Amino acid sequence: MIFPFVWRVLPGPTALKVIELLVLLAVVVFALFTWVFPFVAADILPPPDGTVDTSATPTP
Amino acid sequence: MTTHDTLPAHGGAQDEQVGRSRPPRRRPRQTVGGALLSLLAELLIIAGAATGLYVLWTAWWTDVVAVHDQTALVQDLQQVKPPSEVGTERRGVAPVLAEPPGLSSVFGTMQIPRFGADYNRPIGEGTDREKVLNTIGLGHYQGTAMPGAEGNFAVAGHRVTYGKPLNQIADLKPGDPIVVRVTDNATNFDTWYVYKVTDSQIVTPDHVETIAPVPNKPGVEPTGDDRWLTLTACHPMWSAKERFVTHAKLDYWMPASEGTPKELSETAK
Repeated sequence: MIFPFVWRVLPGPTALKVIELLVLLAVVVFALFTWVFPFVAADILPPPDGTVDTSATPTP
Repeated sequence: MTTHDTLPAHGGAQDEQVGRSRPPRRRPRQTVGGALLSLLAELLIIAGAATGLYVLWTAWWTDVVAVHDQTALVQDLQQVKPPSEVGTERRGVAPVLAEPPGLSSVFGTMQIPRFGADYNRPIGEGTDREKVLNTIGLGHYQGTAMPGAEGNFAVAGHRVTYGKPLNQIADLKPGDPIVVRVTDNATNFDTWYVYKVTDSQIVTPDHVETIAPVPNKPGVEPTGDDRWLTLTACHPMWSAKERFVTHAKLDYWMPASEGTPKELSETAK
């Protein structure tokens, strides 16, 4: 579904498609590393931060 | 999705071409259920890849970024290279810099020879996760003593991810030096403080008495002999269940203009 669709909409011969696919993947990984993952780490899955505090819920 | 419209037509065209020569049982190429199943499979592959990338990002990329940023922060402090000779060890009342007012100002550096000769990390004010711990690395608990002062200079740091300044905290042994240098060029303040590790403990995160002015003795007034340093980090690694806490006591101090503590020149050799 998704993968064949992407492969079909990419223009050009197979060699060009491979290059386009790699560029596309690089863009996706960049977006994840720059915006998505920092957001996830800050708001959804905060990493352990090593402080002691009095708050009832221990800081994850 | 547009694939819905195009796929059956595409499959049909194929059937017309191939149908005559091949057995007809391959004809229904994709039913609605099959299409949904393959969509689900692809989404699961994407989710798996994204999860793997997230692990890579936390375990590796945050370190790359943080170590780079922390090195730059040490340089921003513009600490003058001290004379290489070993200076006089002073054990009297130490000069103490006033606590920086705002979050996240960098006022000094910490060197721990046990963590490697090139271990030199900035110390920022406060323990805010985003503003200090994730970026500057070591964070000074606001309201606790400043280096050299009576009381407890308490510092938190990540044990994994974001430059992991306290990754090897469990390797510290009693007697190990922890060298703090506080620099404020605006007031010509530049002092070494050499602490020696006394002991470590593992506690749950609510044990705030570990960073009391006299560690583990909340309410007790510190005397001239109680000039402590406390490091707190996660324990076990990758978990938030407990804290690894290491205490150290001030051994001596020295103006940075006079020389370098022997503990640092020993590691350089």
